[in-house]
Amino acid sequence: MAKELAGRSVQEMISEKMQSKRQGTSLERIVPILLFITAAVSVLTTIGIVLTLIFETILFFNEVSLKEFLTADKWYPFSETQASYGILPLVSGTFKVTGIAILVAVPIGLAASIYLSEYASDRARRIIKPIFEILAGIPTIVYGYFALTFVTPLLIKFIPGLEIFNALSPGIVIGIMITPMIASLSEDAMSSVPNAMREGALALGSTKFEVAMKVVLPAAASGIIASIVLAVSRAIGETMIVAVAAGSSPNLNWNVTGSIQTMTAYIVQVSQGDVGYGTTIYYSIYAVGMTLFLFTLLMNFIAQFVSRRYREEY
Amino acid sequence: MAKTMETSQSQTERQTNGTGSNEKNIVYKTKELNLWYGDNQALKNINLEIIENEVTAIIGPSGCGKSTYIKTLNRMIELIPGVRTAGEISYRGRNILDKSYEVEELRTKVGMVFQKPNPFPKSIYENVVYGPRIHGIRDKKILNEIAEKSLRGAAIWDEVKDRLNQNAYGLSGGQQQRLCIARCLAIEPDVILMDEPTSALDPISTLKVEELMQELKKSYSIIIVTHNMQQAARISDKTAFFLNGEVVEFTKTTKMFSKPDDQRTEDYITGRFG
Repeated sequence: MAKELAGRSVQEMISEKMQSKRQGTSLERIVPILLFITAAVSVLTTIGIVLTLIFETILFFNEVSLKEFLTADKWYPFSETQASYGILPLVSGTFKVTGIAILVAVPIGLAASIYLSEYASDRARRIIKPIFEILAGIPTIVYGYFALTFVTPLLIKFIPGLEIFNALSPGIVIGIMITPMIASLSEDAMSSVPNAMREGALALGSTKFEVAMKVVLPAAASGIIASIVLAVSRAIGETMIVAVAAGSSPNLNWNVTGSIQTMTAYIVQVSQGDVGYGTTIYYSIYAVGMTLFLFTLLMNFIAQFVSRRYREEY
Repeated sequence: MAKTMETSQSQTERQTNGTGSNEKNIVYKTKELNLWYGDNQALKNINLEIIENEVTAIIGPSGCGKSTYIKTLNRMIELIPGVRTAGEISYRGRNILDKSYEVEELRTKVGMVFQKPNPFPKSIYENVVYGPRIHGIRDKKILNEIAEKSLRGAAIWDEVKDRLNQNAYGLSGGQQQRLCIARCLAIEPDVILMDEPTSALDPISTLKVEELMQELKKSYSIIIVTHNMQQAARISDKTAFFLNGEVVEFTKTTKMFSKPDDQRTEDYITGRFG
């Protein structure tokens, strides 16, 4: 070091460098432009997708009335004589599966997150959190066959009337799939609640459980709700598991033991088959996709509203 | 007791001071308390007696163990991993370091106010009634009464009575700290521990909290850790000077700040170190 200095002051060296920087390419000016372009790509793609959805959906509604789409109780697109395009059976299929998934994932996910943030030792946390991430990384097709070949046969032993394809089994498996997401994100929200608040509550004679339930959980509510909504969006959009294990019979009823079809599974079914471009069936997948998109958009609005309403600021 | 008092230079005498305290009005009696963080000894042979309805100040330089000591009095110290204690702290005659002493029970009798105001992210009202609520008081009318009484007790009622349902984090730092005191008063504790309660506050808020302490000592015993020696001199009846985990001197505040027995005390309070 001392050698390199060789009689020059640090200031001199810095000003030399500044000189050469000024003469060099104006990287500083190009970088923001490049960064802007990358950001613009994703925005433009989103706009493009939404526009495609809208245009193709309009084409669909040239052939099928909006009234039929929203009120008809049958979805028979493949019938040549009596084709019926009522979205409700598909929506009900999606809701059944999502509802079951939430019933499984929210209690387990929240309990796990409370354990991780309030009770687990550092060691336990270090072991469990990566396992969650592994669970989140399993391809959904694997979950799909897990539902079909393991969970369904297991459930049939307890529920004799259960069909091979049903809403229950994929619902439970989607629940298992989104549990780590709820647990991990909720744990982040709870861990970021300042310790001073826990101390304040403990100093008033609260037990650890009371601190978790009455102080930490409400303080982290907005993060927890966000995690649940994200998980629900994931469940609504989940495709592979339902395509594999839920069947392909769009039925409008409350039965979860029989074969159903969700919106996503219908889209898969059509895109697998040899449906001609420009047919009503072809356009119907865009209408269903649009419905799906509106549902997830709605979920996002609800999430924002709820988390703003229940936010406990600190 | 009388015997140790005669040997005027003995450590016991210096630490437990000679004013006529009888067993009845002793709140805390600390005997040979030692505490370690892992291998680090933070408290060494502490002997102290805290008397009812007095303000006891604990002063000393950073790292001298004063915060550690006050946190052992309601066992908040247990939150720190690797803490070991030896010796005895009896609160109203029962050893709180005994594992059979339920910590929740202790903490309903011994309230604590922290260095930084730490209200819950709830409404002002919900903050105050939190304690009574978790201990099973559900009656809305009673809770309302408790809230008003506690907020009045903490001299903040007039400032917040029209916005009890607003979030506590909308209050100023000084108001938040008085709210925390109100939260503590709501469970009607016997003792209030204050761990540098004004160190994060501006001078005017500090003054308000100090005035409040004068009022509170009529009904509560207060133990306050402070960095601010003027504060100790202004508000306390007795002062303990901690240094390197030991009690150097424990005596009446007036004496401590006029003619302390120990040279180190004098050096500290005259600002020669710390």
